[in-house]
Amino acid sequence: MSAVHRILVLCVFLTLLGGPINEISPALAIQPDEVLEDPVLEARARTLSKDIRCLVCQNQSIDDSNADLARDLRLVVRERLVAGDSDDAVKAFLVERYGSYVLLTPPFTAGTVLLWTGPFLLALVGGLSILLWYRRQSRVVTENTPVQLSKKEQDRLAALLSDPGHKK
Amino acid sequence: MVSNHASDTPPQKEMRKRPFPWLALLPLLAFLTLMGGMGYQLLFGTDPRLLPSALIGDPVPEIALPPLKSDKPGFGPGNFGNEPILVNVFASWCVPCRAEHPLITKLAQDDGVLVYGLNSKDKRQAALDWLSELGDPYTRIGFDPDGRASIEWGVYGYPETFLISPKGEVVYKFVGPITPRIIEDEFMPRIEALREGPVPSGAVGS
Repeated sequence: MSAVHRILVLCVFLTLLGGPINEISPALAIQPDEVLEDPVLEARARTLSKDIRCLVCQNQSIDDSNADLARDLRLVVRERLVAGDSDDAVKAFLVERYGSYVLLTPPFTAGTVLLWTGPFLLALVGGLSILLWYRRQSRVVTENTPVQLSKKEQDRLAALLSDPGHKK
Repeated sequence: MVSNHASDTPPQKEMRKRPFPWLALLPLLAFLTLMGGMGYQLLFGTDPRLLPSALIGDPVPEIALPPLKSDKPGFGPGNFGNEPILVNVFASWCVPCRAEHPLITKLAQDDGVLVYGLNSKDKRQAALDWLSELGDPYTRIGFDPDGRASIEWGVYGYPETFLISPKGEVVYKFVGPITPRIIEDEFMPRIEALREGPVPSGAVGS
């Protein structure tokens, strides 16, 4: 491997490492004063928060986001859990006020059925297309394969090819 | 010398024609459809980051807001009814709120629309200073320093302006600073429609 090649491989390796490193020691958005005393409830709060969208920076969960609203929503989640709400009730509480977009996992409804099944449908269409194309290719090959000549025809062909002065 | 037989006579049979590969056009068609749809959304669509209010059609949230000023009351669900009311969410640190403030004032004073203020996630003195600097067009102002009540209203962006019907229901919400065009296209038609509609007897939410 040349030196450049080695450097490139190292860069790719470091980039790939960057992802998992975030999981090993993430910089938490959550502040110490938000953490609940009850570890079971706190664990539920963290899990729920990971599925709730921060509406200000819309591609982050409230667990990840440093926005003010994210903190407020984290506090609301904990407030509801302490009040005794189930996980579903906490989500329903937020959906009632912000709409289903506040959940990072979209619900499975008539409006989102295409979103959920889309990739599978595309894979199906793609797979069928490949199958049909492959079948057609086989058929074309079969049609174009020359028919085997009989012995008599082979002899005649040899005679024609070896006789330089023969006119057709 | 070998003569080239192929050039002496034309081919006996015509080449078999390949059928037109219609299926090959499918990816191109799919791509163009996608481009068309996306192009339309880019050019003519609304900003997808703006969410419609989840409260539309529902009665106003039940939470009651304490007053910001000593001489002006806060508001709660009992303060809606009889006429269309705007609830304008603002804060002294919010720059677009400052930009839209003259338009809110105009709505309240010139067009005679009742406007309540919802001072959200702000410090009392900062809000009071802001209002004395820019003017106070609000009939009532609710004070929500920790933003908890704002969550009941589904507030996520500043400023936001809600339109409440004479029945005390949330009819429309606009996220962002209002502009003359928004007032003309979105708010006034709805306000007019609500004004013309039947007025129920008594206030809502008691």
